[in-house]
Amino acid sequence: MLEQTEVKAIDAILNDAAGQRGVLIAVLQRVQEKVGYLPDDAMQMIAGRLGLSLSQAYGVASFYKHFHFKPRGKKIVKVCMGTACHVRGGKAVLNEMEHKLGIKEGETTEDRAVTLETVGCVGCCALAPVLTVNDQDLYGELTPKMVDDIILTVRSEHGTHV
Amino acid sequence: MELTFKRLENVQDLAGLRARLLKERGESDAHRVRVCCGTACQATGSNKVVKKFEEEAAAKQVKLEIVKTGCQGFCQRGPVLIQEPQQIFYQKVKAEDVPGIFSTSVLYGMPYRKQLYRETPMAEPNEEMQDIPFYKKQKRLALLRNGFVDPCNIYDSIREEGYAGLAKVLTEMKPDEVIDIVKKSGLRGRGGAGFPAGLKWEHTKKSGAKVKAVVCNGDEGDPGAFMDRAVMEGDPHSVLEGMIINAYAIGAQYGYIYVRHEYPLAVKNLGIAIDQARALGLLGRNILGSGLDFDIEIKEGAGAFVCGESTALVASLEGERGMPRPRPPRLSEAAGGLWNMPTNLNNVETFANVPTIIVKGLDFYTKIGTEKSKGTKVFALTGKIKNTGLIEVPMGITLREIIFDIGGGMLNPEKQFKAVQTGGPSGGCIPAQFLDMPADFDTLASVGSIMGSGGMVVLDEDDCMVDVAKFFLSFTKSESCGKCPPCRIGTWQMYELLEKITSGRGEQGDIERLEKMGQMVVAGSLCGLGNSAPNPVLSTIKYFREEYEEHVREKFCRAQRCQGLGMFRIRPEHCILCGLCKQACAFDAVTELRDRFYIDQDYCTKCKACYSVCPTEAIVIEKGGAHVAARK
Repeated sequence: MLEQTEVKAIDAILNDAAGQRGVLIAVLQRVQEKVGYLPDDAMQMIAGRLGLSLSQAYGVASFYKHFHFKPRGKKIVKVCMGTACHVRGGKAVLNEMEHKLGIKEGETTEDRAVTLETVGCVGCCALAPVLTVNDQDLYGELTPKMVDDIILTVRSEHGTHV
Repeated sequence: MELTFKRLENVQDLAGLRARLLKERGESDAHRVRVCCGTACQATGSNKVVKKFEEEAAAKQVKLEIVKTGCQGFCQRGPVLIQEPQQIFYQKVKAEDVPGIFSTSVLYGMPYRKQLYRETPMAEPNEEMQDIPFYKKQKRLALLRNGFVDPCNIYDSIREEGYAGLAKVLTEMKPDEVIDIVKKSGLRGRGGAGFPAGLKWEHTKKSGAKVKAVVCNGDEGDPGAFMDRAVMEGDPHSVLEGMIINAYAIGAQYGYIYVRHEYPLAVKNLGIAIDQARALGLLGRNILGSGLDFDIEIKEGAGAFVCGESTALVASLEGERGMPRPRPPRLSEAAGGLWNMPTNLNNVETFANVPTIIVKGLDFYTKIGTEKSKGTKVFALTGKIKNTGLIEVPMGITLREIIFDIGGGMLNPEKQFKAVQTGGPSGGCIPAQFLDMPADFDTLASVGSIMGSGGMVVLDEDDCMVDVAKFFLSFTKSESCGKCPPCRIGTWQMYELLEKITSGRGEQGDIERLEKMGQMVVAGSLCGLGNSAPNPVLSTIKYFREEYEEHVREKFCRAQRCQGLGMFRIRPEHCILCGLCKQACAFDAVTELRDRFYIDQDYCTKCKACYSVCPTEAIVIEKGGAHVAARK
């Protein structure tokens, strides 16, 4: 269930968007920013208020990789799988990440601290292989050996590392 | 410094503003450094460098102007900076180098030798940017101000002739003359296909509708490409100016920039640029008093590669699923574009070229490039190469010049150059025999690749071409929107075949099957994604067929990249009997004898665990796996 504050936030977003054309994607983006993912209740609210059927709203949301229907971790680690990263060993970094976090690509750790994902290219091919954390911090020229350190930093900022 | 804005009422105001800015610059006695704050340099610590400079200047009470520029191109050596007026280029600058640079270079104009560029550790350093081989052969038109101005300060751009093209167009030219110039310049769309931009503009104008739109495609999803990102981050005003000129030429009122969600800095810098342009009256109602009404809005993409296709992009702008649709109607026709407005859609780099063409004139522009491909092209040079980064070169330069002169040759000089991949998942691999071929739209297409948006990934002998083809197909397979079956099913089937070949289960006839299926996907798909998705496979089969056959017949990967191929053997003469391989093997295939280890082929799954753990490289992968595979 959505919390009261979240309902209010979604309501405000929908009020902003009232009467505009083609705002569905923008609304979904903003709601996801607030809530962290798109729960079913939120989707129903959005579809209802924008005058769309629930299937239309889900149709759009499920088309794009950016939208998620399950809760995600506080930190989202995206390992780049672009061409340059691929030829310089991005796969090895991803494998090591999966191994060390104990989750597969696309999954979240049980304590909801870290979600591991891949991305097509972050456009920093000069520093390949790279990964980003929450789309902000970028780590470049990686080797599998650096993975431990990165996990430690990622977890420590969240305050759950041991 | 707090920026203040006063609306510019006409073109004279703009000229006056530039004159004033230039005069202030001339009179100013402040020292200046231009620090690259592109994404790559920020990742390597340029923000700390900037902060340290601020601290140094404050401590020594020296007036220092720090220009936080966009990407200067040489990402490999980041963070980079230029110190003015001596124009000294520093690379790999860390915060701890800043005091040294400050006291020798900024204050006394002497080069701080430690951070200068050297081609090899023993070589004499190069002081200035244009002496460095990486920059020597470049020609910057679309990136004219990129890496030189502060993208978050419109005055910086205006001082360097920003919006001069717009002023010239508004005062001296009629809309049709603008289209004529763009047509005559031979500017071709930089997004990939190379459609003449002027023709597109003319189509849109002739649609006859009163309300039109201009859309800028910044959905740069190609893995291995980042030129649009650099332009949007480093010089957003050139994109805005190109769009406004376009709007004037075709009579459009609405502008949209569709930016990829993965580029947060581009979204931010574009937003700032639009706000500042609006405050100066360069966007909005009655631009520079000319009566032109045009405004631009940013729309963030939501992560779908197919949205780089123009009709899919428009669908996504409208808030729908980003699926392409059959053409006609084209976007440029009535009822074809965004919300049924005739729409002119161009790539970021195409728009960034427009102001240069207008300001420098036709004579200047048409002299650059080849007969059918005019001007310059920005490439993202990456892969197994010494100098990676963003380069802009005249069309028609040979691939050899790009890779060996600008790129500095192979990353590991002992490895042989194998191929260069251009055009991302829609392009192909070009082998060494075509290195002396000029790089332009038509010659690249003639060897089965495309210019694409300009990604260039260099591969060496450690890269398996079958694996590279598989990599691209795994990308297009998951990015196919699913609308038309040839693309949705075809790419999946092709991927499965490649998976089969690279895991040692390839059969006679698989390569032919791949080729046939590839041709069907090309012929049957609706949009550019499907039409070009088989290119990486078809081009690698064409030029590296023997490698495919090796995978299928001999179960061997010469680059030793594919798992599950080849025969693993321990060379006793190199083995130090450390036993790590035995520990690493999960299948008990490594057997210990009294004086040596050996690998039992019947148990070996070729997982490469022993191979990667061996400290003396005593384990080799040899041909001969075929017999064992047959026995199993």
